[in-house]
Amino acid sequence: MTIQSDASKERADRRKDRRKRDSQATAWGPGFIIKLILMGAVNALGIYIIFTAFGVGSLTLGIGMILLLIAVNWIYFSRRTLALKYLAPGLVFLLIFQAFTIVYTGYIAFTNYGHQHTLDKSGAINSLLLQNNSKRVEGSPQYPLVVVERDGNIGFAIIDQEGALKVGADEEPFAEVDGTITDNSITEVDGWDILSSSEMGQRQSEIFDLRVLLSDDAEEGAIGTQSGTVGYQFVSTLSYDDASDTMTNTETGEVYAANDETGFFENEDGDRLGVGWRVNVGFDNFREGFSDDRYAQPFLKVLIWNVLFALFSVLTTFLLGMFLAIVMNDERLKGRRFYRTIMLLPYAFPSFMTAFLFAGMMNRNYGFFNEIIGAAIPWLTDPTMAKVSVLLVNLWMGFPYMFLIVTGALQSIPGELTQAAKIDGASTLQVWRNVTLPQLMISLTPLLISSFAFNFNNFNLIYMLNQGGPRMSDASVPVGHTDILISMVYKIAGLTGEALPNYGLAAAMSLVIFLIVGSVSLYSFRKSNSLEGLN
Amino acid sequence: MPAGKWFRELGFRHIVGVIAVLYSAFPIIYILSAALNPNIKTTLTGANSMFSDVSVENFTELSDTMFWTWLGNTLIIGVATAIGTVLMGAASAYAFSRYRFQGRKMTLMSLMVIQMFPQLLTFVAIFLLLNTLGDVIPALGIDSKIALIAVYWGGALGANTFLMYGFFNSIPIELDEAAKIDGASHTQIYWTIIMPLVIPILAVVGLLSFISAFNDFILSRTILTSQENWTLAVGMNLWVGGNEKNWDWFAAGSIIAALPILLLFLFLQKYIVSGLTGGAVKG
Repeated sequence: MTIQSDASKERADRRKDRRKRDSQATAWGPGFIIKLILMGAVNALGIYIIFTAFGVGSLTLGIGMILLLIAVNWIYFSRRTLALKYLAPGLVFLLIFQAFTIVYTGYIAFTNYGHQHTLDKSGAINSLLLQNNSKRVEGSPQYPLVVVERDGNIGFAIIDQEGALKVGADEEPFAEVDGTITDNSITEVDGWDILSSSEMGQRQSEIFDLRVLLSDDAEEGAIGTQSGTVGYQFVSTLSYDDASDTMTNTETGEVYAANDETGFFENEDGDRLGVGWRVNVGFDNFREGFSDDRYAQPFLKVLIWNVLFALFSVLTTFLLGMFLAIVMNDERLKGRRFYRTIMLLPYAFPSFMTAFLFAGMMNRNYGFFNEIIGAAIPWLTDPTMAKVSVLLVNLWMGFPYMFLIVTGALQSIPGELTQAAKIDGASTLQVWRNVTLPQLMISLTPLLISSFAFNFNNFNLIYMLNQGGPRMSDASVPVGHTDILISMVYKIAGLTGEALPNYGLAAAMSLVIFLIVGSVSLYSFRKSNSLEGLN
Repeated sequence: MPAGKWFRELGFRHIVGVIAVLYSAFPIIYILSAALNPNIKTTLTGANSMFSDVSVENFTELSDTMFWTWLGNTLIIGVATAIGTVLMGAASAYAFSRYRFQGRKMTLMSLMVIQMFPQLLTFVAIFLLLNTLGDVIPALGIDSKIALIAVYWGGALGANTFLMYGFFNSIPIELDEAAKIDGASHTQIYWTIIMPLVIPILAVVGLLSFISAFNDFILSRTILTSQENWTLAVGMNLWVGGNEKNWDWFAAGSIIAALPILLLFLFLQKYIVSGLTGGAVKG
């Protein structure tokens, strides 16, 4: 055995030893106990989720959770994953709630997801069969029935042929529950309240329209009631044929064929059944956004205003903030801290409240500004004035941030530099233009870029101040003159019930915004070389 | 110093300072006067003659509204978001700053790219995702505060890693090495040596993520559907954003709600100035 291999063996042993000591996986200290407890909790929760996921038939979620759980256990019990141990918690949330949703947004952008297209095909078929449950089956059995209510939703409780008590509601087929039956009538249902006859009177139409499925399969029919005390079996006037993929109206004999391009059942005349399903529509959403008359014109206006708004926002706040920072940047100035503290107030005041506050002060008839000036300036009602107002409010909200970062950047410029320039005979203005400003811009450019990106999507200001208004009178979609892309997308998505939801179009527009902001940021970051710090 | 020179050197700075102070403070003083004015109801008109009439009536009226529930929700969501964001962001910044692992550069680059896609642009996808998740885990579905917090946590790395990463890099690595030689474990080094040194940046990130959760409207409006779960941004939008105007409630409510943030801001001023220069943006 040579001396060299002795030494290398020793080194290897030492390394092994150190790894052993380093790794929490082998040390039974209090840290390890805490880790065991935490991991136990994570695993318990994970396994619970896996079982429930498979229980309700959500395969993707169940499998995803299994993979996630294996990964997490490997990371925390392996010795070779030190960096991942620190990254894992954040990464898990990032992957699910940001990375995945970005990809999902991309997917939705190419579908017709939205009004009439929220379901997949089998869901749409079921829903059609259920909705058209209007024909009472001749000679079908009758069921003793009561109307029940839970959290404001109504449902039916029935006694079925075997004498079992069952409850069901909208999208909830009948299932057996505990309760009390006295003399073949239902007097108590666990978890539900039985409606009194006066309550039933108030919700009459809701009760008559309700159909509760007998089972998961909509073709078996559903129970409805005409009296509130007896249930009858109803079957759909539509019948679905699997082989030909068509819907047939059993009363008129009309045949509707599935069209997998539009996501509707259509007959020969092009009439469609009311519920459709999600299909891939390619670039239709993008085409609609850019060339459909309803969207293209307002979209272009909004896009131009959005860019101008972001540019002017950065420019105005930066100029004011920089001016104040330079003026206040003199150590001999007494009360400097007081000035600075008060100037911070707008930055600390919650932005949505600022927007509301100014909306009140800018009211044309009762607002503070008009009353003080004694004029009737249409601050928020005239298209051009509204744009100016938005920038004015943004100036108030945004200048303290610029003031802060310029103050910070000024401290990092070495005094010798300006002194040397002065000795060389440069005037104050020359020193400022040729020495200070270039130095400032080096450290401030990345911040100005992210400020541009932030203002590009400054939803709160636009939406809370004026809801994007005043509304464009010539546009057929609810878009206003101060709307920016994000507030327009918000209105189009229709999640709040103001418009019919169009998730596909909203997602497509989100992608467009991303492309704009992303490429502007990337280009400017490259230009300013601020990515070099990563190495 | 002769008066003329004094004015040229310092005096004009005071004039600018006073004007800037008036400009900054004025709207806040105005809303304070409105909050104390019992005559405002559906318009702010009564408050235009400032402090003419002072009472706490508007504040007591708040107990007839959902204000305190909303404030509680906002605080719970904001604090939980801030704590989670700080813990996860600090851990990842530490890993990037101290370890040279495979795929490090790529992960950093992907974070940079993801960061450019603002989370609020994905609200449609988040809504649909939570709709599905809720079928399996109701606590992570629509109308759950936990779900909203989890969504905010999803943005923890993207928004803050770079800000914190720079700060961690400024802590000399020799400190870690010295502690290692003294026999400290990784966990000990992280919690007892590094974390205390980076408190300034933790404070900034915590405060900024609290504020951005506080201010968020799109995501909270999308996820929280029942009034008992609403946050202030969603609730107060109902007071003055639509056709109904309740300026009396809004004025009083905004004073109460803004107070904690204003105080925190003044208290953490020193840290914020240094933290912002490192690269954060108001959310």
